[in-house]
Amino acid sequence: MEKLFVSGDEAVALAVRQAKPHVIAAYPITPQTIVVERLADYVEDGSLNSEYLYVESEHSAMSAVIGSAAMGARSFTATSSQGLLYMVEGLHYASGSRFPIVMMNANRSLAAPWNIYGDQRDSLSQLESGWIQLYVENVQEAFDTTIQAYKIAENADVMLPVMVNLDGFVLTHTYEPLIMTDQETVDKYIPFARYSNAMNLDDPVNTCITAGPTYNTEFRWQQQLATLKAAEVVDSADKEFGELFGRSYGGMVEAYRCDDAEVILVTIGSVTGTARVVCDAYREAGKKVGLLKLRCARPFPTEKIAAIVKNAKAVGVLERDISFGFEGAVFSDLNSALKQQNVNVPTYNYVGGLGGRSISKENIAEIFDALLSGKAEKPLEFINLRRDINYGA
Amino acid sequence: MNRPKLSQPLPAGTIEDLPMGPSARAGHLIDVSSGMRTFRPVIDTEKCVNCLRCFLVCPDGAIDKSGENLEIDYDYCKGCGVCQKSCKIGAITMVKEGEA
Repeated sequence: MEKLFVSGDEAVALAVRQAKPHVIAAYPITPQTIVVERLADYVEDGSLNSEYLYVESEHSAMSAVIGSAAMGARSFTATSSQGLLYMVEGLHYASGSRFPIVMMNANRSLAAPWNIYGDQRDSLSQLESGWIQLYVENVQEAFDTTIQAYKIAENADVMLPVMVNLDGFVLTHTYEPLIMTDQETVDKYIPFARYSNAMNLDDPVNTCITAGPTYNTEFRWQQQLATLKAAEVVDSADKEFGELFGRSYGGMVEAYRCDDAEVILVTIGSVTGTARVVCDAYREAGKKVGLLKLRCARPFPTEKIAAIVKNAKAVGVLERDISFGFEGAVFSDLNSALKQQNVNVPTYNYVGGLGGRSISKENIAEIFDALLSGKAEKPLEFINLRRDINYGA
Repeated sequence: MNRPKLSQPLPAGTIEDLPMGPSARAGHLIDVSSGMRTFRPVIDTEKCVNCLRCFLVCPDGAIDKSGENLEIDYDYCKGCGVCQKSCKIGAITMVKEGEA
């Protein structure tokens, strides 16, 4: 099996080349740029036979892939941060119209203050956009999940757009070994079949029709059912991927050393890798800590999370976002999920890694220590908050 | 006159009968639409030479040419008056609704 040494962005581009979308429309933005540059290279050198549309903005990129997906063409785009926000109108058109577009998003901070580095406030602000949201931990998972995304999006019972999120720089620009998949098996895993809602000259339709009070609720219910169905498909797509390629990631969530864990830390994205190291060290020291890696934020794995954490004494949620005036978005969702499932475990929210600040092993160790001590007090804490701002000191 | 037929875009029935995503067969028409008209165009068929300028410029396709004389579908004519402006021989006059 071919082994490469590539960045997260390059891994996504390589995966997209194997998924062979008919149409790519994208606008470059740091830290996603390398993805669309590589794809442009592949189209230029003939190794990818896609129609590549050089658009003038992210709004146009999303509009273009909505058009191509409406025609039944496998489509890809990629963005980040401000670009994602510029697409927001289109995000809802895509999901509401049930177009299975796959998009890579490089998680990056939102202005103001201006910042090009990583956090997850961009995608987590779009949990309500109707997109399936996947988050990955490392370069290999970025590659594998991009291929899985087509399997999920194009499932006949799902037919929804999928966003694959990579932490900006920490993952998009970090080089790691990558085991390539062979093209033949990828073709077998995601064979292309014309979408059932593709435009068709023999049976012309108007898309995005007006659905007033008479029909609107029913279309929304239909969308809710499809998104809930996607929960099963995220799991089955990962399982089938594992059978074909020998790698799988637990589907919606991965429970790492959670079986007898007294405290569990929920992580999302690349910080999971750091947390694994700390978790292992604590386990070696006889401390019963576990990790719950959230791969899929929409649909939300309510029952799975409840089942994993139900016997823990405390659960922490570490996330790179904040809904100002309240708490982290993932924390809110987790609390609601536990309430729905009648699981009563104390939960604590740790907000960190904003605007590219590193989350260190020491930071995670402090969280584990606080959770283990039973003395975690504050429901919400900004970790690593500097109270002594000494410029240049 | 070959008038468009009113039709509901979506099938009656249960949620399962709805299309996946909000789409419907092209060309559906759910209602007449002319209540906003203040002036209506009236064609003087004695003057009209069937040049079809008005037919071409009507933004709503509300002029029918299938019969011997051009005919305006007042269910869909908005009364914009473009046909009257386009008529080079003055065969179309705009008449205020309710006055004649």
